Amino acid sequence: MRYSLASLLRRGLARNVGWTPAWRDAAPRAAYDVIVVGGGGHGLATAYYLARNHDVGKVAVLERGWIGSGNTGRNTTIVRSNYLLDANARFYEHGMKLWEGLSRELNFNVMFSQRGVINLAHSKPQMDGFARRGNAMRLNGIDAELLDREAVREKVPELDFSEAARFPIHGGLLQPRGGTARHDAVVWGYARAADRLGVDIIQDCEVTGFQMQGERVVGVHTSRGDIAAGRVGLAVAGHTGQVAALAGLRLPIESHLLQACVSEPLKPLVDTVVTFGAGHFYLSQSDRGGLVFGGDLDGYNSYAQRGNLGMIEHVVAAGVSMMPCLSRTRLLRHWAGVMDMSMDGSPIIGASPLDGLYLNCGWCYGGFKATPASGWVFAHTLAEGAPHALNQAFTLDRFAEGRCLDEKGAGPVPGAH
Amino acid sequence: MLIKCPWCGERDAGEFSYGGDASRPRPAEDAAEADWLAYVYDRDNPRGPHQEFWQHSHGCRQWLRLRRDTLSHEVLASGPAGEPLGDGE
Repeated sequence: MRYSLASLLRRGLARNVGWTPAWRDAAPRAAYDVIVVGGGGHGLATAYYLARNHDVGKVAVLERGWIGSGNTGRNTTIVRSNYLLDANARFYEHGMKLWEGLSRELNFNVMFSQRGVINLAHSKPQMDGFARRGNAMRLNGIDAELLDREAVREKVPELDFSEAARFPIHGGLLQPRGGTARHDAVVWGYARAADRLGVDIIQDCEVTGFQMQGERVVGVHTSRGDIAAGRVGLAVAGHTGQVAALAGLRLPIESHLLQACVSEPLKPLVDTVVTFGAGHFYLSQSDRGGLVFGGDLDGYNSYAQRGNLGMIEHVVAAGVSMMPCLSRTRLLRHWAGVMDMSMDGSPIIGASPLDGLYLNCGWCYGGFKATPASGWVFAHTLAEGAPHALNQAFTLDRFAEGRCLDEKGAGPVPGAH
Repeated sequence: MLIKCPWCGERDAGEFSYGGDASRPRPAEDAAEADWLAYVYDRDNPRGPHQEFWQHSHGCRQWLRLRRDTLSHEVLASGPAGEPLGDGE
């Protein structure tokens, strides 16, 4: 069923009887040409672009739980492409262009809202750094505007502009095309669109091992039986290390907790995304009115999907320092996702050391915004057996070849971006 | 999360800072490049017991070695950083 204003009116006036499921709950077949492991945004986007852009035959997505039950529903929904390094800038900007047409492309409203993303600067050197990043972005064809203090005040007057501010606001870097999207709708939209192109979405299907033929992966063992595959792609985020270990691989990844929070619903307060430049804090307001914010990693390896209160106190302190009026706001919920932190802060997309097995992981803090671009290039990689021009820099062998994509310039630490 | 410091006893995790995976033996200076590559970048990243370094940075400032479950956050064993860990308490 194609969704349109006419279909909405027709079904609505008929008391909403007759809506059909948006995708089939498929049972696994004995064999597929391509299997994508992981039914989050990245896995489903990969399956959709495999079916849309490439002629690869039968495609399946295997999901251990239900689709979108992992990090896709746990992020802070921010979309941006404000990167300094060329490889990152081009990749995320391709994603930004896909975001701009995504609702129409999928015939599903992903509520993409280009409300702008402002990074605050609290010192003159930080303004210089932002000028450099903004120039690099513009050279890569990405929109960037350097704002002075008064321009920031005009856009977000609730920030701390007082003389006593511990971190005075000198200005900021704005990406006007950045914004937010409805994370669950991205999962549902890609699932529905992939299903319409013949992709089997198989839930409650945990991969428990790999079928090997010598050094080649030729299928997977799952909780719902063995499935043969021409090629297998992993898009399992924080659990990449676990699934790759089933094939005997050891990767440059650590799994860490990242917490996010939402406040009680408020009247419209902030109509853009703001990030604090003197600590790790980012804030936006959802359409329901809740302030959605997050901060830094809890800081130690974990698969727990729940964090410690100490980090929440730290995040809230940063928030109140940035926007003092938050101090009277009540916190509604907080939760954590398991992040696949790569050792240079950039993703890994490409071949694994085993034939037939491909990796899409290392998303660190920024997996959600990458969803369309990640699916686009991973589909190309799986279909062609070789990387797309946009993920050539993201292959696993970059660590051995000394071409790390270290946007932060911090060396091999699993805690960047 | 409570962490047992061998010198100060059980304290809140907020008093400690994380020092990372303690299970990786440092290769010899003249070891093969592949050994150094694996040491610098690759991790076992287990879902369960994990050996790691912590520093009691807001306490006695000593470095310690823990075995901690990465799923339950339970601290299974702790001792001085320079010594191998026992089996538990």
